[in-house]
Amino acid sequence: LSICFRTVEPLEYYRRFLKENCRPDGRELGEFRATTVNIGNTGSITTADGSALVKLGNTTVICGVKAELAAPAADSSNKGYIVPNVELPSLCSERFRSGPPGEEAQAASQFIADVIENSQMIVKEDLCIANGKLAWVLYCDIICLDYDGNLLDASVFALLAALKNVQLPSVIISEETGLSEVNLKQKTPLTIRKHPVATSLAIFDDTLLIVDPTAEEEDLATGTVTIVTDEEGRLCSVHKPGGSPLTGAKLQDCINRAITRHKEVKKLIDKVIKSITPK
Amino acid sequence: SLSAGDTSVLAGLYGPAEAKLSKELPDRAALEVLLRPKVGLPGVLERSREQQLRQTCEAVVLGVLHPRTAVTLVLQVLSDAGSISFGREGLLSCCLNAACMGLLDAGLPLSSLFCGITCALGPDGTIVLDPTARQEQEARAVLTFAIDRSERKVLMATTKGSCSVEEMQQCLVSAQHAADTIFQFYRDSLRRRCSK
Repeated sequence: LSICFRTVEPLEYYRRFLKENCRPDGRELGEFRATTVNIGNTGSITTADGSALVKLGNTTVICGVKAELAAPAADSSNKGYIVPNVELPSLCSERFRSGPPGEEAQAASQFIADVIENSQMIVKEDLCIANGKLAWVLYCDIICLDYDGNLLDASVFALLAALKNVQLPSVIISEETGLSEVNLKQKTPLTIRKHPVATSLAIFDDTLLIVDPTAEEEDLATGTVTIVTDEEGRLCSVHKPGGSPLTGAKLQDCINRAITRHKEVKKLIDKVIKSITPK
Repeated sequence: SLSAGDTSVLAGLYGPAEAKLSKELPDRAALEVLLRPKVGLPGVLERSREQQLRQTCEAVVLGVLHPRTAVTLVLQVLSDAGSISFGREGLLSCCLNAACMGLLDAGLPLSSLFCGITCALGPDGTIVLDPTARQEQEARAVLTFAIDRSERKVLMATTKGSCSVEEMQQCLVSAQHAADTIFQFYRDSLRRRCSK
């Protein structure tokens, strides 16, 4: 009987749960789903320079980073490039069709590019090898394998984990020929200055805030907010693309939740990195 | 057409009109926003801005009064303080204001008005509202808010650069105060238009 009610009146079904301050899958309003992360060669992409697989409940996102060489742009000759790309293939959910990237994928790609730029997690000057001649380009491909809500959180986490895993080979430009020589045996990890973590909340009925919405909750919600914080408690991004209006105080609650979430995620990443580093 | 200093945006609103079967929603109006930059083809940044504008308008337009129709909002950037790309946040708030005035002019039922305000945080912590292109470039962080009329709540927020939580709250408060000036401007323009 409850399944019939859920299909016919999904909003009422949800409201009944929210009145008791919990959700159909048993979580509290402020509780995240179980997060698992898989970095590097164990189960992720072996051909990429860095990769990570993140599962946030059922939402599965994989990120692969490939480093290539290119000439820097004329107006910023000491900067490399970071090119993020979020793909939502039709296999992850029935709402996405195959073909050119839809609005959600493009908006997510723009969001990730903004997070990288705002948080300064990778400074582009670090990617420069020879001023004006050679620089690294990091192609970060984030692909969603299973869409169950909260794409942005999982993508940012996957990107961070993959970048921590990247090892760049050393490149020397020989004096005589002027060509670059890549030494694959000597690898250095990427310098990551900041660790941004995203927290997404859904707004229900203009008043309630729910953390880490599933796909069903996102459809019923009247708005979403995503807050990205770094380890110093600074805001890298407040992303609220329309939706129900929020007061300043409610926004502050979201930010506080985001700061607690950051600590949990940072602990998880540190634990995983420590477990894979060869002793 | 809305001009703020040397930034100018032309907004055209069409609707409620008949929607294509693939796009129509059974219980509300389907809103679509198209953003055309001054130079070049619309890219990923324009798509992301379109999504933000669309969801802001959806929160305000009473779509349930016009089910199975389509409302299309087309924004064309006429001039943008000399910068070619859409990177300027000031352009977003100009688009928000143009969108709201377009909705008003078309006579669409709205639950509340909204306005767009950009604040730049200077390197020394000073807050500058409605910054010029140079002030934006020198700023540590640039925040854009869409504030609604009824209770001064935040409809939309985007940030560029990083700032502390207190600074964000301060910018929000100054944006809420400045919203009054913009709403007064809406009133005056509408009064002029209706009295002709």
